[in-house]
Amino acid sequence: MRDDKKRHITQADAIREALAQALQEDERVIVVGEGVPDPKGVFGTTAGLQQQFGPSRVFDSPLSENGMTGICIGAAISGMRPVMVHQRIDFALLAMDQIVNNAAKWRYMFAGQVNVPLVIMVIVGRGWGPGPQHAQSLQAFFGHIPGLKVVMPTSGYDAKGMLLAAIRDDNPVIFIQHRWLHGIEDLVPEPPYTVPLDRAAICRSGKDATLVAFSYMVVEALLAAEALSQYGIDIEVIDARSVRPLDMPTIIESVRRTGTLVVADTAWKTGGIAGEVIAAVAETAFDALRRPPVRIALPDYPVPTSPYLVKDYYPDALYLARHIAAHLGREVPDAELAERLFRSTPCDVPQKDFRGPF
Amino acid sequence: MNFEKAFGSMLRVRRVEEAIADRYAEQQMRCPVHLSIGQEAVAVGVCAALRKEDGVFSNHRAHAHYLAKGGDLKAMLAEIYGRENGCCRGVGGSMHMVDLAAGFLGAVPIVGATVPLAVGAAWAAKLRGENRVIAVFFGDGTFEEGVVHESINFAALHRLPILFVCENNLYACYSRIDDRQPDRPIHGVAAAQGCRTFTADGNDVQAVFDVSREAVAGLRSGQGPAFIECATYRWREHCGPNLDDNLGYRPQGELARWESVCPVERAAAFLRAMPDGAALIESAEKQIAAEIADAFAFALEGPLPNSADLPGYLYA
Ligand SMILES: Cc1ncc(C[n+]2csc(CCOP(=O)(O)OP(=O)(O)O)c2C)c(N)n1
Ligand SMILES: [Mg+2]
Repeated sequence: MRDDKKRHITQADAIREALAQALQEDERVIVVGEGVPDPKGVFGTTAGLQQQFGPSRVFDSPLSENGMTGICIGAAISGMRPVMVHQRIDFALLAMDQIVNNAAKWRYMFAGQVNVPLVIMVIVGRGWGPGPQHAQSLQAFFGHIPGLKVVMPTSGYDAKGMLLAAIRDDNPVIFIQHRWLHGIEDLVPEPPYTVPLDRAAICRSGKDATLVAFSYMVVEALLAAEALSQYGIDIEVIDARSVRPLDMPTIIESVRRTGTLVVADTAWKTGGIAGEVIAAVAETAFDALRRPPVRIALPDYPVPTSPYLVKDYYPDALYLARHIAAHLGREVPDAELAERLFRSTPCDVPQKDFRGPF
Repeated sequence: MNFEKAFGSMLRVRRVEEAIADRYAEQQMRCPVHLSIGQEAVAVGVCAALRKEDGVFSNHRAHAHYLAKGGDLKAMLAEIYGRENGCCRGVGGSMHMVDLAAGFLGAVPIVGATVPLAVGAAWAAKLRGENRVIAVFFGDGTFEEGVVHESINFAALHRLPILFVCENNLYACYSRIDDRQPDRPIHGVAAAQGCRTFTADGNDVQAVFDVSREAVAGLRSGQGPAFIECATYRWREHCGPNLDDNLGYRPQGELARWESVCPVERAAAFLRAMPDGAALIESAEKQIAAEIADAFAFALEGPLPNSADLPGYLYA
């Protein structure tokens, strides 16, 4: 017998398992998207599902994002529970009309008479040179829309549990994955389970600062916190997990203990969700802040393609650690810190065996 | 059409793509590449019917279109290598290319994204009274995007000088056309939308040129949009340098059948039957090899771009 306490699988496999279990437990669930049944199976997240559940429940899609989204909404209000899959979050932009005008509002406009149980899975496509149109982080875009739930799990455990929760939920849920998380292994129990769609998680407790991170930035945040702990700087790291709603009670409770708020996002700074976290803290817990809050986010221009340009684009653990130490007014020997957080892989790959380009 | 020139242009695209494929494993071209190997005749045949001042828009699979329209090879390779001397200074890479001087007005990888832009460019040409034709290349899969049909409708309504070129290579990534579209011809839809439509064997450069010339002549005399569907085939994987027939998404023997109607080899065979054909091919090969070696050197010696310049590209 397998000991579930020891089962480490990649996030891609955890997601695939959640989809398989959702298809298994509810015959109304269908999975549709460009490339879903193809040999690469959307980075492995849909691999084998069509073989297992058949072509009447797991489909490829024409290249018609807006139309297919409307078609899935129509199916959702007619007794199905569609899960749409996009290889890139950028492709869902073509479907913004259906997502924003219909999926998010259908229930509301008709005074709660009809639900839209729809999940839209998208991926932030960081990689080798995907460039300006294939690696955007658009969580704030979706998070702005009342009527949508928007989640961005980091761990494989949460990815599986939140995806199952999203599929069981009666509302449209945008499920945002990050390409750099797919290959990371985590303890993931095999039986189906859910993780709430509206709760942040404290992944490391600390007393000197609250570092709220989204998605892949949690990985960098934990590295930064670990390095800073060597210098007596004690960072609390919160994985926001959900973008809409934001779990403000958990964040505010932490800020009340630490007095310092840093938010690390995978997206641009202006108009981003990091600013929303800070605004919400300022509104209700201004008195708890001992220093100005900080946003660590992308510079306000699209990601370029060249690796020589990308190397200055994404804030990493070293960047985070330096900024947080400086912000707290703490001296940290910089060369030593840099050595501690030295990354042996190039700036455009998540792990050594990543062979690009996507 | 100058057949020797068209052959040389196809051979050049082929050898460039092969060189990219050969060197891709060195991991110095750190961006996705979608190679045009097998589809050279469409780009070359269409562009041979265009003038320099005519415009071309393209997509993720842009190398052949860019080169056939006269785009600068050195700047293309430097772009793929992420260098400052690339055609977009490293911002774009293989999937985002431009060479305004050559009338290559832009290629981006969001499927269907450039089709309305091409219509807009044709509209502007008409509004400004310019004798200019615009062509846009896109795949069979792209024909499924709503924006393509909105664009064709507008172009037909305003009788715009635009040439829609659909490269039907039967696949979108790993998905075969029968899994995405009903059994009816793509060009039939375009005809119903008000285009003058043409079909061509997309692996026969002369055939592609012949219909393109007729289509473009109509555009110049104000007959409204034209649509060419070219049957062709992608030899390598959708994205990347390798063969991928081992994955089993294409029926056995299909690739071999298309390889046997290689557009470059067919043109070469035609030339070889001419008195000095063999010598001509040999000298083309030599000249192209030298040019490619030069262009790779240019790219690899290119200065590195500076990220401090990026914000300056954002707003006028
Ligand atoms: C809006 C959008 N959806 C999906 C994709 C992913 N994608 C890139 S190329 C491609 C297939 C395009 O097929 P086709 O138009 O036939 O061109 P081909 O690759 O065969 O030349 C897909 C689905 C994308 N880039 N943009
Ligand atoms: Mg195609």
